[in-house]
Amino acid sequence: MSLWRLAWRRFLRDRVGLVSLVIVIAFVALACASAAGWVARDWGEEAGVSYAPPRFLGLQVEEAAAQGAATLRPQETYGIADPLAEELAEIQKDLLGLSGTASRAGTLVFGGDKWGRDVVKKAIKGTETSLVVGLAAAALAAFLGTLFGAAAGYYGRWVDDFFNWLYSVFTSIPYLLLVLAVAAVLNQKGTATVILILGLTGWTGIFRLIRAEYLKHKVREYVLAADAIGASDARRMFAHILPNVSHVVLVQLSLHVVLFIKSEVILSFLGFGVGVDTVSWGSMLAEAPSELILGMWWQIAAATLAMALAVTAFSLFTDSVRDALDPRLQ
Amino acid sequence: MSLLSVRNLRVDFETREEPVHAVRAISFEIPEHSTVALVGESGSGKSVTALSILGLLPATADVRGEVLYEGRNLIKATRPELRALRGAGISMIFQEPMSSLNPVFSVGFQIGEVLRAHRGLSRREARAASLQLLEEVNLSNPRTKLDAYPHQLSGGEQQRVMIAMAIACEPKLLIADEPTSALDVTVQKQILELIAALQRRHRMSVLFITHDLSLVHIIAAHVIVMREGEIREQGDVSQVFGAPRDDYTRMLLAARPRLDAPSPARAGGEETVVFEARGLAKDFGKFKAVKGASFRVARGRTLGLVGESGSGKTTLGLLVARLHQASGGSGLLHGLDAVAVPPKVFKRAVQIVFQNPYASLNPRYSAGEILMEPMRIHGIGAGEAERRGLAAELLARVGLPSSALFKYPHEFSGGQRQRIAIARSLTLKPQLLICDEAVSALDVSIQAQLLNLLRDLQDEYAMSYLFISHDLAVVKSMADEVMVMKDGEIVEMAGAEQLYSDPKHPYTRTLLASVPQ
Repeated sequence: MSLWRLAWRRFLRDRVGLVSLVIVIAFVALACASAAGWVARDWGEEAGVSYAPPRFLGLQVEEAAAQGAATLRPQETYGIADPLAEELAEIQKDLLGLSGTASRAGTLVFGGDKWGRDVVKKAIKGTETSLVVGLAAAALAAFLGTLFGAAAGYYGRWVDDFFNWLYSVFTSIPYLLLVLAVAAVLNQKGTATVILILGLTGWTGIFRLIRAEYLKHKVREYVLAADAIGASDARRMFAHILPNVSHVVLVQLSLHVVLFIKSEVILSFLGFGVGVDTVSWGSMLAEAPSELILGMWWQIAAATLAMALAVTAFSLFTDSVRDALDPRLQ
Repeated sequence: MSLLSVRNLRVDFETREEPVHAVRAISFEIPEHSTVALVGESGSGKSVTALSILGLLPATADVRGEVLYEGRNLIKATRPELRALRGAGISMIFQEPMSSLNPVFSVGFQIGEVLRAHRGLSRREARAASLQLLEEVNLSNPRTKLDAYPHQLSGGEQQRVMIAMAIACEPKLLIADEPTSALDVTVQKQILELIAALQRRHRMSVLFITHDLSLVHIIAAHVIVMREGEIREQGDVSQVFGAPRDDYTRMLLAARPRLDAPSPARAGGEETVVFEARGLAKDFGKFKAVKGASFRVARGRTLGLVGESGSGKTTLGLLVARLHQASGGSGLLHGLDAVAVPPKVFKRAVQIVFQNPYASLNPRYSAGEILMEPMRIHGIGAGEAERRGLAAELLARVGLPSSALFKYPHEFSGGQRQRIAIARSLTLKPQLLICDEAVSALDVSIQAQLLNLLRDLQDEYAMSYLFISHDLAVVKSMADEVMVMKDGEIVEMAGAEQLYSDPKHPYTRTLLASVPQ
């Protein structure tokens, strides 16, 4: 039985790990469904009134709104009919499309934002964006970190010096400052940009660990034995050593997914993240401060709940993966 | 009158799979003022037995039975009671002196700590007592060594310090768990003599744990032979060694390589030289690991290479295999300079088997993949199916079933792994096989089987061996010619029979005199 299957067996015995795996899979499935357009396709539709409250709070808030409406007197027209009234009504109808006659809902499932968009749909769409950013950026960072770390650790000498220099330069700048600087230089908003920013700045930790692993493994007897049977450098690096350090890569990969999801939130909150035509947990949170002053808590609640659940599940899942892959740590 | 009696001791380890029965209901006595040897191969439960006496086993261990020391059952003893006993009444020394000493404290401080904790001495008194102890364990320059740190001492000196710590509080029982296994044979002899002398002088009892039967009659009066958690035989050393009653004991005694056995050396004659070294040398910075080694290996013959740790024998092996770049001299393969031979051709001709079968196989590859990789690299066999067939044939040749193809290294025992490593080198049908301590990590019974296998394979494939080992008896049982290496230099080279019967160099004589028989 291979070591991978043994690790899988250990993982299956870990209840917390299994539950978090199910949650992680659910999130990924949700993100996939959203990407395919099966759910939350119409997240941008202004379905409700501005700041429509959640349905379960509906009554009292609607009454309050109705009272507010009653105090407003219709404008005095001094008996003169508006000559443009009919045309305006036509234009209004055109603008609203066919559903122009349908009035906006007073309440939504979990409330609406300033433009009356459903926050549940926004949170689902935001899950897609945040997960895509987290996974893709972590994959990019893990790829770069592994490649650089393998080369530096295996070849040593000037190759090692070069990558260590690069590592020192990247880590000498405070992380968020570096991220913001790259974001400011790229000056282009969008999901792809965020992935690039995070991936290109986030490889350093993985690099350091993988380099150390390669330093340790390259002098092991099984690598010498591979040299003795005539295996090439590339073969020794990637066919012999890499499978033996891949658990480190895997654990780092999932740790970085969590880290990058949080980083994306921070970037979007600061306005360097995804563009206005996209929604992410971060951009939802960015809208929250002004809403909270008005007592509209549902958007921040939706984004926070989704994010907390996903990040916690992913972290616990990572812990379990590490335990399963490296039983000596327990 | 016995000092310690163990009755019906059972130790089980809980694991996620099934419980491991490490010790199965054993009973024995340690009499006052005498030495008892506990002998067994790896996994026999001998160390677990020792650790259970002092309550040092991890929490996953389920210990039952009785360990009676001065009328008290130590298994039922509380933690503070045990702590008061450890070091004072019963003390212990371990196999690896380097990892048993704390590297950030001086030797004097560490010995003093024991004295302060158990005898309540002041700092000044503890220092004076430590000095006395270092003198007692015959450490040279004890006054300067008192302020030395562990890394400034040699392995033998570290073990002397550990012994000084162990006897600091005049214990009644000293448990020595493989105290000489990590040491060179010349140092081993001195440490054994020291333990024996201290035992007599302090009228202690010693429980001496070892895998090496040849040490037993040097040090012990009684012997207990363990296997798979059970006691197979116990009694006086002369009785057990002279007339063993148990089959397993008999097998162990027969399997151990002996210096007085005749050498299988074949008479010289006109031979084709497969490999010749001319002044091969290797420097690591200023340190000269190998200082110009010259020798020849003839076709179908075995050249033995013996030396203690740090003598440069492994480095020389790696130089011959061209896994290290030589800093000087040259190797000639069939008279051609090895540098001129294309690496792939050279590697097919010269293969190597390493010491540690746990480290030399890639844990992520199945045995089949391990054997098929060199064939794939060198284009042996037309297609995967044929290669798999060849791999199965080789496994059968080294004594493993073809079902082993799909198993991974961790599913094999140490001996089986070494068989796979040998099979891997055979895939290329090498002319010279370097065996670098290839059987040193294995139990004697397994060792004997593998040495037989290596002899058979040599005849079958007409291979030459460069057989590297620290064990003079093992080398004698294999080699036609033997080189002795010390501090990077080959100090003596002669035919096996001649070297063992009439050693010329003083170092060779010291080595031979140190081997326990």
